Amino acid sequence: MSDFFSTLLDELPQVGAGLWVTVQATVLGSLLALLLSFALGLAAGSRLLLVRGVSRTVVEFFRGTSLYIQLFWLYYAMPQLTGYELTPLLCGVVAFGLNYGAYGSEIVRGAINSVPRAQYEAAVALNMTPLHRMRKVIMPQAWVQMIPSFTNLLIQLLKCTPLLWLISAADFMTTIEHIRSLTGETLTAYLLLLAVYFVLAYTLTLLMNLLERSAKRRLGLHTGGRSLFRTRTAEAVTTAGGTR
Amino acid sequence: MATEPAPLEKTAAAAVDPLHTGVEPLVRFDKVVKRYGDHVVLDELDFSVRRGEHVTLIGPSGSGKTTILRLLMTLEKVSDGVIWVDGSPLSHVRGPDGSLKPAGEKELRRSRKKIGMVFQQFNLFPNMKVLQNITEAPVNVLGMDKDEAESRARELLDLVGLSGKVDAHPSQLSGGQQQRVAIARALAMRPEILLLDEVTSALDPELVAGVLDLLSDIARTTDITMLCVTHEMNFARDVSETVLMFDAGRVVESGSPEKIFTDPEHERTREFLNAVL
Repeated sequence: MSDFFSTLLDELPQVGAGLWVTVQATVLGSLLALLLSFALGLAAGSRLLLVRGVSRTVVEFFRGTSLYIQLFWLYYAMPQLTGYELTPLLCGVVAFGLNYGAYGSEIVRGAINSVPRAQYEAAVALNMTPLHRMRKVIMPQAWVQMIPSFTNLLIQLLKCTPLLWLISAADFMTTIEHIRSLTGETLTAYLLLLAVYFVLAYTLTLLMNLLERSAKRRLGLHTGGRSLFRTRTAEAVTTAGGTR
Repeated sequence: MATEPAPLEKTAAAAVDPLHTGVEPLVRFDKVVKRYGDHVVLDELDFSVRRGEHVTLIGPSGSGKTTILRLLMTLEKVSDGVIWVDGSPLSHVRGPDGSLKPAGEKELRRSRKKIGMVFQQFNLFPNMKVLQNITEAPVNVLGMDKDEAESRARELLDLVGLSGKVDAHPSQLSGGQQQRVAIARALAMRPEILLLDEVTSALDPELVAGVLDLLSDIARTTDITMLCVTHEMNFARDVSETVLMFDAGRVVESGSPEKIFTDPEHERTREFLNAVL
């Protein structure tokens, strides 16, 4: 045990850098995933068949192919095909973003559809343009519904980042794995991994709960301080104004 | 289908105010059909509304009253026939050969300018405070100056008796208060035609009178043309000049409230009034 921790101390800069890679992969991957979620989710509701079709195809493709294989494709196959080589971290960000963006688009689409039709009708009755309706009426209400599901997705994305080890990105998993092989302290190493990923995931949950609380407050929905620490997943959010 | 508006038919509605006879009606339904699959909701419906007239639509549930308002608000498309508003087709455009085709979003938005609607379930935007619910469309649809829109919204809130609720969220208001805000929101767009779709049906009984009084005031003090679907027969009696009795997608009978309520011609009207009064 002491062997493990003394090696950990010696390797602290690498461990820190590894943690930073994990955080970067999570944050950048999440941002890309969010961007794609909205782009694909909005496209799925388009009136144009072509736009809907493209969105559908992209979603089904990235949802239906394994994240491992996407990662290997980006890292090993793409350079042979195009001559361009992405850094392992960038490969991870792109793969996580595409894969979770595909799942996220379903969240966006579902949340938009869950806003009562009456809200859309009220916006039509006030002669708003389709864009205005989406931006000011539908999306702010849909957003509140999306956050719990997105929290789920982002935590899953975080938990996929150890895959970076497979394409030799020096992420947190990789550095601890390295120390484990140096010291042979399997139990301690994997216990530490469990703890650190849990702390990261819980931090993400708290941040998303904070986001949800502010979004709910904008709808005039009262939320107590306790709601911050809940680690629940998607739940029905009741919104005022219009039942259908 | 592609006919010019015909001269006003001699309906009972027109007879109520002889001064307006011969004047182009503000709203005219010309053989309007609305079908959902095989179910015919409106069956070659003809009726017209004069400018400034307050019309109440009564009749049993499912008789197509609400559908009429939804068609006028362009929330639904007509299956056949034409709705004329102020001499122009509401949801059609005239093609180069003079024939009428279904309108696109751009033309529909032009039609909607004249029309406002208040819904049974209020449908306030929960993500906006009361003031913004009222100013959002005047500012971003009509292009009104923000300060002007806000001062006008405050006037309207004053009118509906809610000047203290400017910064409230809709969810913090009672149903009656929400409905008053919804009325203020519709008025802020300065509609020529106001559609009221069972606006008191979702309210607790003790809140109904306040909303009805407000609407009576608006009817008395403005020249807004009103079409109300309601089950409040007193409201129909006090506010409207014309009552249209609907059944199975057709006008069974129309006339002044006194006529309809005291001396209805049709058996169907008598049955309905006996059931609700």
